[in-house]
Amino acid sequence: MVFKRISIRDHTAEANLFARRTFIALLVIVAMIFTLLSNLYYLQIERHEDYQTRSNGNRIKVLPVAPNRGLIYDRNGVVLAENRPVYSLKVIPEETEELDTTLAQLSALLDITDEEVADFQKEFRSTRRFKPVTLRNQLNEQDVALFSAHQHKFKGVSIDARLTRYYPYAESLTHMLGYVAKINKRDLQKLTEAGFEDNYAATYDIGKLGIEKYHENLLHGQVGYQEVEVNSQGRAIRTLSFTPPVPGQDIVLNIDVNLQMAAQKALEGKRGAVVVMDARDGGVLSLYSNPSYDPNLFVNGISSKNYSALLQSKDRPLINRATQGQYPPASTIKPHMALLALDEEVIQPDTTIRDNGSFQLRNSSHKWRDWRKWGHRNADGKNRINVTDAIKQSCDIFFYDIAYKLGIDRISAKMFEFGFGDYTGIDLYEESAAIMPDRGWKRANKNLPWYPGDTVIIGIGQSYWTTTPLQLAQSVATLANRGTRYVPQIIRGNMIEGRQLIFDPKELRPVEIKNPDNWDIVLNGMYSVVNEEKGTALTAFKDANYISAGKTGTAQLFQIAQDEKYDKENVADRLRDNAMYVGYAPYDNPEVVIAVALENAGSGAATPVARQVMDYYFRDQPAIIAQEVESTNIAAR
Amino acid sequence: MLRDKLKPGGPSLLNKIHIDGWLLTALMILMTVGLITIYAAGGKDIGLIQRQGIRLGIAMIAMFVVAQIPIGAFRRSSIYFYVIGLIMLVAVLFIGTVGKGAQRWLDLGFMQFQPSEIMKLAVPMMVAWYISRHTLPPKTWHIFTGFILVISPTLLIAKQPDLGTSLLIASSGFFALFLAGMSWKLISTVGILGSGFAPVLWIFLMRDYQKQRVLTFLNPESDPLGSGYHIIQSKIAIGSGGVEGKGWLQGTQSQLEFLPERHTDFIFAVFSEEFGFYGVIGLLIIYAAIVARGMIIAVRAQDAYSKILAGSITLTFFVYVFVNMGMVSGILPVVGVPLPLVSYGGTSMVTLLAGFGILMAISTQKRLLLRQ
Repeated sequence: MVFKRISIRDHTAEANLFARRTFIALLVIVAMIFTLLSNLYYLQIERHEDYQTRSNGNRIKVLPVAPNRGLIYDRNGVVLAENRPVYSLKVIPEETEELDTTLAQLSALLDITDEEVADFQKEFRSTRRFKPVTLRNQLNEQDVALFSAHQHKFKGVSIDARLTRYYPYAESLTHMLGYVAKINKRDLQKLTEAGFEDNYAATYDIGKLGIEKYHENLLHGQVGYQEVEVNSQGRAIRTLSFTPPVPGQDIVLNIDVNLQMAAQKALEGKRGAVVVMDARDGGVLSLYSNPSYDPNLFVNGISSKNYSALLQSKDRPLINRATQGQYPPASTIKPHMALLALDEEVIQPDTTIRDNGSFQLRNSSHKWRDWRKWGHRNADGKNRINVTDAIKQSCDIFFYDIAYKLGIDRISAKMFEFGFGDYTGIDLYEESAAIMPDRGWKRANKNLPWYPGDTVIIGIGQSYWTTTPLQLAQSVATLANRGTRYVPQIIRGNMIEGRQLIFDPKELRPVEIKNPDNWDIVLNGMYSVVNEEKGTALTAFKDANYISAGKTGTAQLFQIAQDEKYDKENVADRLRDNAMYVGYAPYDNPEVVIAVALENAGSGAATPVARQVMDYYFRDQPAIIAQEVESTNIAAR
Repeated sequence: MLRDKLKPGGPSLLNKIHIDGWLLTALMILMTVGLITIYAAGGKDIGLIQRQGIRLGIAMIAMFVVAQIPIGAFRRSSIYFYVIGLIMLVAVLFIGTVGKGAQRWLDLGFMQFQPSEIMKLAVPMMVAWYISRHTLPPKTWHIFTGFILVISPTLLIAKQPDLGTSLLIASSGFFALFLAGMSWKLISTVGILGSGFAPVLWIFLMRDYQKQRVLTFLNPESDPLGSGYHIIQSKIAIGSGGVEGKGWLQGTQSQLEFLPERHTDFIFAVFSEEFGFYGVIGLLIIYAAIVARGMIIAVRAQDAYSKILAGSITLTFFVYVFVNMGMVSGILPVVGVPLPLVSYGGTSMVTLLAGFGILMAISTQKRLLLRQ
């Protein structure tokens, strides 16, 4: 059987084998299709929402749109802080025909420096070609006009406008109004901590000082959003939705900018502060600290040269003297002290003391001098001084005596009620609480017990006692209001469609006394300071067209030795006395309160400043005829 | 065959010009789907459609021409094709032009030519010819020789490197051997040896970028903006398509260019995004129909050579589909395999349709063969 060795082709068997294999292959194919389908089912149905979200995340970019910052007006509707467009020159590299040529031509047209071109090149290299790159920040108007005339020659170059803050009154309002500047790392961290970072996503500037900082939340507004569809390169294809930003609120201040400028003028060449408050609601009409500086310098980034000049100036222009300056109140607190002594019945309205020009404690040889070497005399020429005379003539001996009799505990307790040693709550972050000393304070800060001698000079507002001009103004308003106290407020309300919506004044717990008649005695004392013979402010307020009451003060910064006479000439300028003045007007119907502090100006220098500012306030009032003065005087007594 | 005889009307007009109506219809539908998707994926570029149309036209002509060639001619020329292809592959190693980091092309003066394309058909032809010279199932040493016939071009192509094509060619050869009746024992031995070969492949043969692709496949999120970007964006496109899809020209992943290789290798992602799961099922049905028709042609073929060749071509076509869809949807590593007849471009189109030409020849020349 030769053929057996040769395999015979069995076509049917081969076909069956092939069919079986094909069938197996078919099964495998079905399994593979099933695998594909189940994976696709998983992707497209099970996890559809997840991928839909990721797909939207790819294509939808939410671009924040910055709200316009609210404007700030003074009480008469004068704009104190406005938004002005700043122009910058932007180049979209992709849209220019020849970038190098364009740059060269622009440089020739607008005097663009090599430095600016270098900055541009740096930014250009790290930016997508369809994104604008800044060539020059802050074009001046001439540049804008020049470029606009030639714009047709520059494809892909455009002027970009952004609103930025501008303060038309420049240094007149700086310490009170503050300023905005570029959000820095620290601001950003604070915003993040407060959960506001989203709201500031498109915002460039933030309030750094003053009202701009304190009322940032009112002024900023609510960020808007533009939802755009972008492609993979980040190019915006179309806008999907737009949520407009809510602009910040326009706010109105109690400040009268003209009064503020009057204060500025009165302080020209001096170091010091003026605070003018509305006695009726605590509204701050003027708050000026000299020297000042131009806040506009900070808005667009101050040069380090300018900044270090401000920092290093020995006049310390960056300090807000009205709220941060800590001055010994000196004699300006004598009315408060008298009120306390009367109310505690340490003295009666007719109690007199013998003024020999010095005061001594029993068992002590130390003599406390009066500022007048031979002491004071009453109207009859006797050295018997009652409380009214003591205030009028600012008799130190009288107040040494009553302070000693009152003791520090009663004094500091009552003075705390007047707000000394505490923040007034004014709408400024730049405020000092200053110091109202008591036993605990001295122990904690000086590690010493309270000595009776300390109490004696507390009586004339010296020793460790410091106040800010704002605290003084607030305390005088409290006196004038017979105990009613207000928080000093710079903000007055909102400006809504040209109409002011005025906020309610913030009233504080009043100062209460046992016998309300004592208010009259003290206020009459302040009246006599300005309006009676021997009153320390009589000359300064001569012929005023309003009737005011007040109190002068002179703070010694230089301790003179016993038996040594204070000599103006021998004392270095920086150690000369601070001059203080507090007052209010009209006397019979308190409307306005003023506090003035002048550094190293010498005794009495603050009173004319106060007069000048108050004269401005009452500028429209007719002159007062003598009879009226007389009648008021009688009524007051 | 009995069934053919029962068919009413005898040989149709299509049969006379050697065209398989079923196959032609399915292919035409597929190509139309392809053109529609390319239009969406290519950013509504009509030029792209024109170029693809011309290519498809040329490939169709090639298919018609090939369909007219008698099966015997294929059988006889198998060895020549194979040898010429192999020589050219070796030539590519030395004098090939480099493009996209791979040395795949031969510059013939008037055109660039990719010898690996010849091998896509030459390898199954050669194996089918070699195996069918003997009785089936093939003897072990026949299988062994067959393996050498498959592995040699595979390695040469992998060396270029062109992982996708070498994979397809290896598959086509293996399918030929499998369909011819290679014993299960051998299949499992090869399977074990193959998995043993994997580390060798990893260490000695794979380039860094290829290794990176595999690593990326295993964890695409490890480098979402780098090598994982393709697959992540592709999965986002597919997944966001959902059940019904975003609609034609509405796929944001593709229209906004988040998806790379949109109109070429990753076109399936575009299709899935715009036509959704329903669309995907429809597309798979078309592919399944083509594969089913190919298998029917193979089973009905008259001789072993035709059966093996037809089966191998059909299965390889499915591998194309599976590998492409698998890689685009993230269940296979990214190897450069286009979605057949849908993806834009390439020489592969002509080869593919020439393969279908062979299928049509086998399908329509049965009577002729019977008489021989």
